[in-house]
Amino acid sequence: MVGFLQRPIVVTADVNLNVVALTAAGLLSRLWRLAYPRAVVFDEVYYGQYLSFYMKRVFFLDGSGPPFGHMLLALGGYLGGFDGNFLWNRIGAEYSSNVPVWSLRLLPALAGALSVPMAYQILWELRFSHCAAMGAALLMLIENALVTQARLMLLESLLIFFNLLAVLSYLKFSNAQHRPFSPGWWLWLTLTGVACSCAVGIKYMGVFTYLLVLAVATVHTWQLVGDRALSHVCVLGHVVARAVALLVIPAATYLLFFYVHLTLLCRSGPHDQIMSSAFQASLEGGLARITQGQPLEVAFGSQVTLKSASGKPVPCWLHSHPSTYPLSYEDGRGSSHQQQVTCYPFKDVNNWWIVKDPGRHQLEVSSPPRPVRHGDVVQLVHGMTSRRLNTHDVAAPLNPHAQEVSCYIDYNISMPAQSLWRLNIVNRESDAEIWKTILSEVRLVHLNTSAVLKLSGAHLPDWGFRQLEVVGEKLSRGSHESTVWTVEEHRYGRSQEQKERELELHSPTHADISRNLSFMARFSELQWRMLTVRSDDSEHKYSSTPLDWVTLDTSIAYWLHPRTSAQIHLLGNVVIWASAGLATALYALLFCWYLLRRRRHVCELPEDSWLRWVLAGALCAGGWAVNYLPFFLMEKTLFLYHYLPALTFQILLLPVVLQHISEHLCRSQLHRSLFGALVVAWYSAACYVFHVLRPLTYGDTSLSPSDLQALRWKESWDILIRKH
Amino acid sequence: MPSAVCGGLAGSELRHRRGRGGPQAARAAVPEEAAEAAAQNPKRPAPGSRPSEAACRWVLLALVTLLAFATRFHRLDQPPHVCWDETHFGKMGSYYINRTFFFDVHPPLGKMLIGLAGYLSGYDGTFMFQKPGDRYEHHNYMGMRGFCAFLGSLLIPFAYLTVLELSKSLPAALLSAALLTFDTGCLTLSQYILLDPILMFFIMAAMLSMVKYNSCADRPFSAPWWFWLSLTGINLAGAIGVKFVGLFIILHVGWNTVSDLWRLFGDLSLSLVTVGKHLTACILCLIVLPLALYTAIYAVHFAVLNHSGPGDGFFSSAFQARLSGNTLHNASVPEYLAFGSVITVKNLRMAIGYLHSHRHLYPEGIGARQQQVTTYLHKDYNNLWIIKKQNTDSDPLDPSFPVEFVQHGDIIRLEHKETSRNLHSHYHEAPLTRKHYQVTGYGINGTGDSNDFWRIEVINRKFGNRIKVLRSRIRFIHLVTGCVLGSSGKALPKWGWEQLEVTCSPYLKETLSSIWNVEDHINPKLPNISLDVLQPSFPEILLESHMVMIRGNNGLKPKDNEFTSKPWHWPINYQGLRFSGVNDTDFRVYLLGNPVVWWLNLLSIALYLLSGSIIAVAVQRGVHLPAEVEGLSQVLLQGGGQLFLGWALHYFPFFLMGRVLYFHHYFPAMLFSSMLTGILWDTLLRLCACGLAASSLASGVHMGGVLSLLLGTAYSFYLFHPLAYGMVGPLAQDPRSPMAGLRWLESWDF
Repeated sequence: MVGFLQRPIVVTADVNLNVVALTAAGLLSRLWRLAYPRAVVFDEVYYGQYLSFYMKRVFFLDGSGPPFGHMLLALGGYLGGFDGNFLWNRIGAEYSSNVPVWSLRLLPALAGALSVPMAYQILWELRFSHCAAMGAALLMLIENALVTQARLMLLESLLIFFNLLAVLSYLKFSNAQHRPFSPGWWLWLTLTGVACSCAVGIKYMGVFTYLLVLAVATVHTWQLVGDRALSHVCVLGHVVARAVALLVIPAATYLLFFYVHLTLLCRSGPHDQIMSSAFQASLEGGLARITQGQPLEVAFGSQVTLKSASGKPVPCWLHSHPSTYPLSYEDGRGSSHQQQVTCYPFKDVNNWWIVKDPGRHQLEVSSPPRPVRHGDVVQLVHGMTSRRLNTHDVAAPLNPHAQEVSCYIDYNISMPAQSLWRLNIVNRESDAEIWKTILSEVRLVHLNTSAVLKLSGAHLPDWGFRQLEVVGEKLSRGSHESTVWTVEEHRYGRSQEQKERELELHSPTHADISRNLSFMARFSELQWRMLTVRSDDSEHKYSSTPLDWVTLDTSIAYWLHPRTSAQIHLLGNVVIWASAGLATALYALLFCWYLLRRRRHVCELPEDSWLRWVLAGALCAGGWAVNYLPFFLMEKTLFLYHYLPALTFQILLLPVVLQHISEHLCRSQLHRSLFGALVVAWYSAACYVFHVLRPLTYGDTSLSPSDLQALRWKESWDILIRKH
Repeated sequence: MPSAVCGGLAGSELRHRRGRGGPQAARAAVPEEAAEAAAQNPKRPAPGSRPSEAACRWVLLALVTLLAFATRFHRLDQPPHVCWDETHFGKMGSYYINRTFFFDVHPPLGKMLIGLAGYLSGYDGTFMFQKPGDRYEHHNYMGMRGFCAFLGSLLIPFAYLTVLELSKSLPAALLSAALLTFDTGCLTLSQYILLDPILMFFIMAAMLSMVKYNSCADRPFSAPWWFWLSLTGINLAGAIGVKFVGLFIILHVGWNTVSDLWRLFGDLSLSLVTVGKHLTACILCLIVLPLALYTAIYAVHFAVLNHSGPGDGFFSSAFQARLSGNTLHNASVPEYLAFGSVITVKNLRMAIGYLHSHRHLYPEGIGARQQQVTTYLHKDYNNLWIIKKQNTDSDPLDPSFPVEFVQHGDIIRLEHKETSRNLHSHYHEAPLTRKHYQVTGYGINGTGDSNDFWRIEVINRKFGNRIKVLRSRIRFIHLVTGCVLGSSGKALPKWGWEQLEVTCSPYLKETLSSIWNVEDHINPKLPNISLDVLQPSFPEILLESHMVMIRGNNGLKPKDNEFTSKPWHWPINYQGLRFSGVNDTDFRVYLLGNPVVWWLNLLSIALYLLSGSIIAVAVQRGVHLPAEVEGLSQVLLQGGGQLFLGWALHYFPFFLMGRVLYFHHYFPAMLFSSMLTGILWDTLLRLCACGLAASSLASGVHMGGVLSLLLGTAYSFYLFHPLAYGMVGPLAQDPRSPMAGLRWLESWDF
């Protein structure tokens, strides 16, 4: 109890002043004049709009990546008290006074600054010398591209931070193997999983590092499985612990991001249209306001609007209007000349249809309402014109292999009405399921021809007012989205007279019930839409190809001062860039050489230094490869900044190779000293380059045109020079 | 012939039973147990055992081959009209017979063989193959179909022998062969004039020779060793010569060879010289030989196709001059470019095409709304341009004016002949390459503005300042903006008819895409002179045709709103392909795998992964296994591993492909997965049998299991055979149809 009286409590702290100094230097380089320039720089314009959505808690959909990165940026805004009122429309626009620029840029900058001491730690955990570890950190410190990227409200530095954190904690974990299942062991193992999922949560690209860590962990686990000194139970414990920490925890964390995301964004916004009706109804305002209190079950006599589930090319509603199909089309084919049925992307009174029981004449809902079930035969009567939805064996206007869909006009010729449709609820659980507003996805199958009502996606010509074509698909394959419809707006029709009904159709829907979608349903829908939403893949002025990156044959102009020629440019430190590339090649060569020699049992490296060399290569060279090579297969627009995560790993490899050369390839002390001198000279050159490019990195000094011209070391660098 | 070849295989196989890694290796270590195991399983071929064993193997092989041929040739002539892709490949076969040049995205060997088969069987190449459904009438199409069916039938004995070699187990081999024989999909695909049976033949032949080569590993540099090694190389060349998908089997063989060499390299009892010999042999037989053969295929291709045809425009001017009937073949045109000439301008970069314009405007929002200028690969009137002086509106063809040649550095206008608009550029972003300027057609009847002026420059002025048709390499520099006319090589979206984008690049770097030559040249005032066009060398032609093919393959993008087949559909047999017939009165053939076989395959892959990982973990944990189980698990891990690798290599890369995919792309992978199924079930049943003590019961379980699998697949084939042999009558949606009960998935529309 009173042990502290006998023995004092002693806290011994091991402070590595190197790390402290590196952190301080990192902070200084990244945070210095962080709020400058007080203007929108490059992709801040892109992330900024989402930031504002977060601040206003308005739902949005961004296909470029999962929400964690956006949320971190928004956290900066939240801490700075940003209200989200800024029009993010143009690069270079001055920030208004309500935008807390410093705190918006703070998190990426901190992440960038902390990457510097982390590089040191990683090399140290890889069991390389302090000197090599210092080297790696100092290289990170003076890499212009990393500095530029970290000082702005962008995601790459956060991604790099979590990538490095994942690698570092995995190394700490694997170095703690002598004390398995200790708190430290658990801490680092869990942190690995969490850091991996944070990286994936910032950009999908993080998945590559995650896979690399997983691969290394798998190899290590496999070796553990082969360790026959351990009992079966112990091995099982190890395997399960790793599986939980590296598979389950990341998945759970990833879901957590979405949970927070969806909890934060509870209001309807500009991207509602892309989502399903059920999803939209779960947001405040927007569709929820309309659908709030609609009757749930569609009954005979219900007035409904039918939305196509496909949303391609645009979300739209089944529509008809008094115009008829032209007697003959441009290509000479004839039509039925009946009333057009189209899909219309705007809310309109002509989108209303009445579900009618074919056996009765009444168009109002009986009391009690008779719900429509799966398999029932219905007629759909167009609300404003009272004509029935019909299809027949006439070629559709733009897709001649499909049937025309029309609203039937009796011309008293031998063309009978064929207006019976069988209701087919796609997402029912049993056969007798009732047709529900918003929730049910239905297909309408024509009774006579078994054609399915389908949105073809083609735009009709001028006679169809450029609305979308709707056809009867005879040979429907499975349940494609374009044949599926949902009821969006719904009310029970009360009026028998046409005039009254028209009034009724114009009035808004009313009554009261609310509907909730489970989190998993919302998550899976959102994730699926994010992966499939197609961004326009047109080329950007500063886009580049992966081959340009290694040689730094490209640059990105981030910002130009409105009056002077001060500018921010994404440019790498050429010396580091080139030597990192060389080091990677050298590593690969040496590795192959050693591997071949070892295969013939010639081992010039001692076993422990070989293992160290292999692990460093697997993580650093491997990290570079997995973060770089997949870009060759990608078809999206690529930019130089996509290379930065790969570059970080390459920079970590550089001191590894240098130390290896000095330890194993320099045969005498003299060689070693000479080599050391060379390295110092080379590092000074890198510092010099950093200094020369500094104005373009920080953008704080205005340079004369001739200075800028002198900085244009490569023809392909688009340094902006004002013509006066 | 097949039985003779197979005889050779089986004979050589008998002699070297001590293949590495086989169950025999394990058994040799524990001879008593091995003998006991052999006694337990009388069906199992034991080393150098009874001659009846070998005879049994022969009889089964003959039986399997016979059955394969019987199923493949049954009703081969039905339907007597063009089915599905026969319209392409039959047509291309005819091109070979007629010796007209064409362009296709696949390498030529498959179509050459089809053409050869047609030629030998007396088909005269006159049938048009215009569209599916065309009747063959009196044309002799059976030769070509028969050839494909012949190769398709051979797949089955090949599978039999491969599995036999990998597992040393007759029931496994028999099961694999039965799965393939009774698969309606393989059957359908083998019965028509398609590339797939040929491709699958080469893939399986390469696999078989590789496996045979592996089993010769204990006697390196012997005659069979060389034979199988070089045969592997030959079949690899065949596979890649039919379709680029053949690359996957090359990867497979490559992986196998590399791991083999790695093993040899680690064997310290072998000197480096011996390893070097192995390496050289592999390089010779697996790299040099296939390359030589592949090149030879192209040499034959170019030698046979020496007449101008529909594929000319895809190729460079120099290439076209080789083809008789082409305007450039022994062409006689005015030699030097003069003002007033009507010309076509061709980009020097491969597969870009001619400078082209047409009466369509750039859509709203994409630069200025002026007439589109593109490059186009086909010959067309819209490729014609008139070269005019900068400011004179007078007709240069007026005979009263003297002829004036165009010189290096002249300022010109290019007027589009059909629409009378000038080639124009201005400070607007190009539609796709945003760093470049837009190029349009502008002006009315040849009157535009100063943005229509271009300076013509000749590169490497070998022929003086004048511009020589075909030979001079020229650039067009825009006078006002100083940019250079080029093509980015990117296909425009739908509004641009998927032709390639033309831009004006402000970067004056000399790249091929901004260099052009004049191809056609019409000027009545100048005498036509016979031109000796620079004949391209063979490597140049080879390279060029590959560039064109790659570009063509990249161009096969799925269109918006088109329902496309996804790779994940395939192993679950989600949806077939309609080969022939739509309505209930038509003769309908539907390419769909036998669902029993396919779902069994799918299940087997999962089971394989499961059992494989259990065994691997057990081995890694050092669990002591009985010798018999040890041998079986070696078969499963090594033999099964080879097949699993084959399946994965032929399946997963499709997930990365951006081009349009079809169901039949899965069939090579399906072959591997069927063989895997054979080995897996045989091994699993044997393992079950091992667990049972009584030997009679054990063998009963094994034989019973194999037999029921065999009979099950045969019965399912009986049920589903109308898919392949053709159905008439009501569609399967209709309950009256005999197939109604068999429509197990809604997505099958037969």
